Order: sequence, then structure tokens, then C-alpha cells
Amino acid sequence: MNVFDIVGPVMIGPSSSHTAGAVRIGYVAGLLLGKPAVKAEIHLHGSFAKTYKGHGTDKALIAGILGMQPDDERIRTSPQLAAKTGLAVTIIPVFIKDAHPNTARILLTGKDGEQIEVQGSSIGGGNIVINQINGLEVEFTGQSDTLIVLHRDTSGVIAAVSHYLGELGINISNFRLSRSEKGGIAIMTIEVDGKVETLMNEHISGMPNILRSIALRLH
Amino acid sequence: MELHYDTIEQLLETARQEGCRLSHLVLQQQAIEMECSPESIFERMEYQYDVMTTAVQKGIQPGVRSNSGLTGGDAHRLTKQIDEQKHLCGTFFTGALARAMAVAEINAAMGCIVAAPTAGSCGILPAAVITMQEEKNLSKKDCIMSLFTASAVGMVIAKNACLSGAQGGCQAECGSAGAMAAAAVVELAGGTPDMIGHAVAIAIKNTLGLVCDPVAGLVEIPCIKRNASGVSNAFVAAELALSGIESAIPADEVIAAMKNIGDSIPASLKETGEGGLAATPTGQRIFRQIFGTDPLQT
Repeated sequence: MNVFDIVGPVMIGPSSSHTAGAVRIGYVAGLLLGKPAVKAEIHLHGSFAKTYKGHGTDKALIAGILGMQPDDERIRTSPQLAAKTGLAVTIIPVFIKDAHPNTARILLTGKDGEQIEVQGSSIGGGNIVINQINGLEVEFTGQSDTLIVLHRDTSGVIAAVSHYLGELGINISNFRLSRSEKGGIAIMTIEVDGKVETLMNEHISGMPNILRSIALRLH
Repeated sequence: MELHYDTIEQLLETARQEGCRLSHLVLQQQAIEMECSPESIFERMEYQYDVMTTAVQKGIQPGVRSNSGLTGGDAHRLTKQIDEQKHLCGTFFTGALARAMAVAEINAAMGCIVAAPTAGSCGILPAAVITMQEEKNLSKKDCIMSLFTASAVGMVIAKNACLSGAQGGCQAECGSAGAMAAAAVVELAGGTPDMIGHAVAIAIKNTLGLVCDPVAGLVEIPCIKRNASGVSNAFVAAELALSGIESAIPADEVIAAMKNIGDSIPASLKETGEGGLAATPTGQRIFRQIFGTDPLQT
């Protein structure tokens, strides 16, 4: 905890959990798609589903998908901006079993039909946890730099990635693996001390059996 | 020099020993903690202060309307009252009320604010400090520095109680903001470390038990007006402390009491929008008006 956790963050109101946190969830979803989205299907659960209109949670999520940060003055007008940039948005209140009260599940479609589904929860003070990517359980907060690596579930992939990070002198602070089925698609979430550079990410993306690597810097 | 945020007494004792302003100690310690220069941390705080100032300026203009359409324009009403010389309490005090509501209304209107410590209580600290700057002709630098003192108080409260309405009720948000603002004001007025401690204690004592019961769960009713009462509480506490009036209960014990009270407040009165003002017939009517459903069935 430091002074800027108390006098901060600088954010667009009205609510750190329902607005600032929502922007971040949308931002991660947009980043994970990796290119401009043309369609966003946003499922809202719990308090998000009940109060999104008043808190502007819908606007916040859309703003995040468009790449805005929680202090962007354009959040208020994000639905219009989405329409202008050709992003079609649907908001659907749902019930997600065992989910945190402030949870959104976002299905994004890019212009070539590529899709990603991201589920995240806003856990207070603008902080978030991403719990699912494409239905696979993950858990990261974006508080530290994170690599999200989608890969084929086969031997040696994790070793290759961690060996590469080790060679660069990067310490892994948290590692989590999730897979759909043996030999299917798996996701590594790797939180690190220090910074994740774009070049590292490109290098990992080029390794055998890696489908995609995404660098996340939220803070 | 070591500075710890475990208790208010520890903070004040270090300030007494070092013989300098608490804000100065906090800035130095935070620079070490965050591994950057004191200058860069000061600059970042200056940015927070500039955001606060802009929010005040925007919020007192006519035409501010919240995202839900429920609130807005009240800071402008107060400002108009001052402009027309109809205000009761003097420009210092009524101006502070207007500034607090201005920032809170900008928050509800999806404008840019600084959570201090939360979005719901974001008007109290800016209103207190900016009012001191404008009415007492203080330097911007001193005002920015006072935010470090306010932050230190907030960190102690966060450690020993909490800062969110969902956990501790409104006392944790507007109460804490009032205590932080009172500490900043005492420092700006040249008060001693002991006076800061008494101001913090008095400010929190005055809001103990305050519940978080927002209508329709939105950060508007009664939050915006509680920012006005929050800054008035900060000045009450600071004025008393600066006069040499002491709190019989020390600040750290008051913070512990706030924690105990927060734990005893039922969930319906902790930001769930179920009890208190939210449960009144008018509160429920407003819920239906905004969300189009019956609050009891949701």
C-alpha cells in the first residue's frame, strides 16, 4: 500500500468497482483479442447486472474494449464511439454460478471472425481478477506484468518458456496452467517481477507449439 | 528515519522527534518505498491535485447531470448563492461545501476524479485543501504536500479498520475522508502533530455509525450531500484541534471503535442498497424509475 492507493486512483466516476474496474476488464478483453473488435457480447452478473445503467458499467466495459484506461474522459460517450468505429455491442444480464457479484463475461469477435471469451470480476477499489479465458480457468490481477500464453498441451512448452524467461533474468512471481483436455489448448498465466517487454512477447509467440502470447501491463 | 503506518501515534511520534511536517516525512519514506525520487512522487501527487482542481472547476458550472439523471446542479446552486451574497456561513465555509459537492457531482456525471480514499467520498479532501489554498492564500506546493499527510492517515485507517462502504459503512468512506482532510487542514494551518491526532480523532468520532445506504445502489443519494457534510466535519475537527481542544479518546482507539462498529453494522446498511434510505418508499420508487424493476424482486 502506498499514498496513491489512498489518494488515487485518478478515475472516471462514479464507482471504483462498477466503473474503473469495469474499464480494466474490458481493456484486458480487448488486449487479449489483439485486434479491433467488431462485435462484443457482454454478459453481466450480480450487482453488475442490476445496476449497470446507473453506474455506467456498460459504458466502462465498452471503453475498455476500445482500449481506454479508467481515467479517460471519453468513457461517458463510449457507446457512440463504438458505433462510429464499427463495434456492435449487446448487453445481456445473466446469472453465472459461483461468480463474484461484480462479474462480466465478454465475447469479442474480430473482423476476420477470430473470437475470445474473457470473464473478469471487479473486486473493489478498481482492482480486478480475470477468472476465465475461452472457458479455461485463469487467475491474474494485472497488478504486475503478466504474460498470457496460449499453447498446445504438449511436453516441453512450459520448460521452454520458463527457460527463456530465466535466461533474461526475469523472476516469475506467479504461474498458473489451465487446459481444456489432454493434448488440447492450454493457457499459461505468468506474472513476473519487473517488466514484460514487447520483444520478449514476440519471441515467445514464435516458439514451437505456442499459439499466441500476450503481454499485459495494466498498472 | 523510519516511518510506519501502523498507528497514528507512531506517525506523530516520528514527526515530533524529527521536528518537521508529517507530509515531509511521508514523502521521503514513500520515495524509498516506491524506489523513485521524492521529486517524481511529488509530481505525481501534483497531478492528483490538478485533477481535483479541475473537477471543482467543472463541478460548479451549470448543467452538471449524473449518468442516471438523478442528481446534479447542486454545487452550482451553492456557488450562485455565494455570488449573489445570499449565503449564511461566509465564503470560506459555503465555498468548501460547494467544492465538495462539485467533485462528488462530477463523479456521478462520469467525470474525472481522484478517489480520496474512495470515489463515493471524493469531494471531501479536495474541498478542504483547495478551500485552504484559495481562502488562506497558501502555496500550491504546501497544499500538494498536505495530501501526503492525508494519505498517511488513510493508510493507518486502512490497516486498522477499512475504507470501503461495503465493509465498514459510510463512516469508513466519508468518515475517513473527513479525518484525512482534517489532518491536511491542521498541517496547512501550522498545527502541531498532536493537533493532527486530535483532529483525526474528532473527525471520525463525529461520523461513527454512519451507514452506507445508497438509493438504488448508486453513488449519488445520499453520497453527494454527505461530501458536503464530510468537509464541514473536517473543518469542525480541525478548528477544534487548532484551538487546543483535545479528543478524550485517542485517534487510534477511535479507529478501533470504527472497526468494531463497522463489523456490527448489518449487511443491508453496507452498500447493498437494501436498507436505510434505499428502503424508503421514495428510495424504492427511484429504483423502479431507474432500473424498471421492483427492488424486492431483484
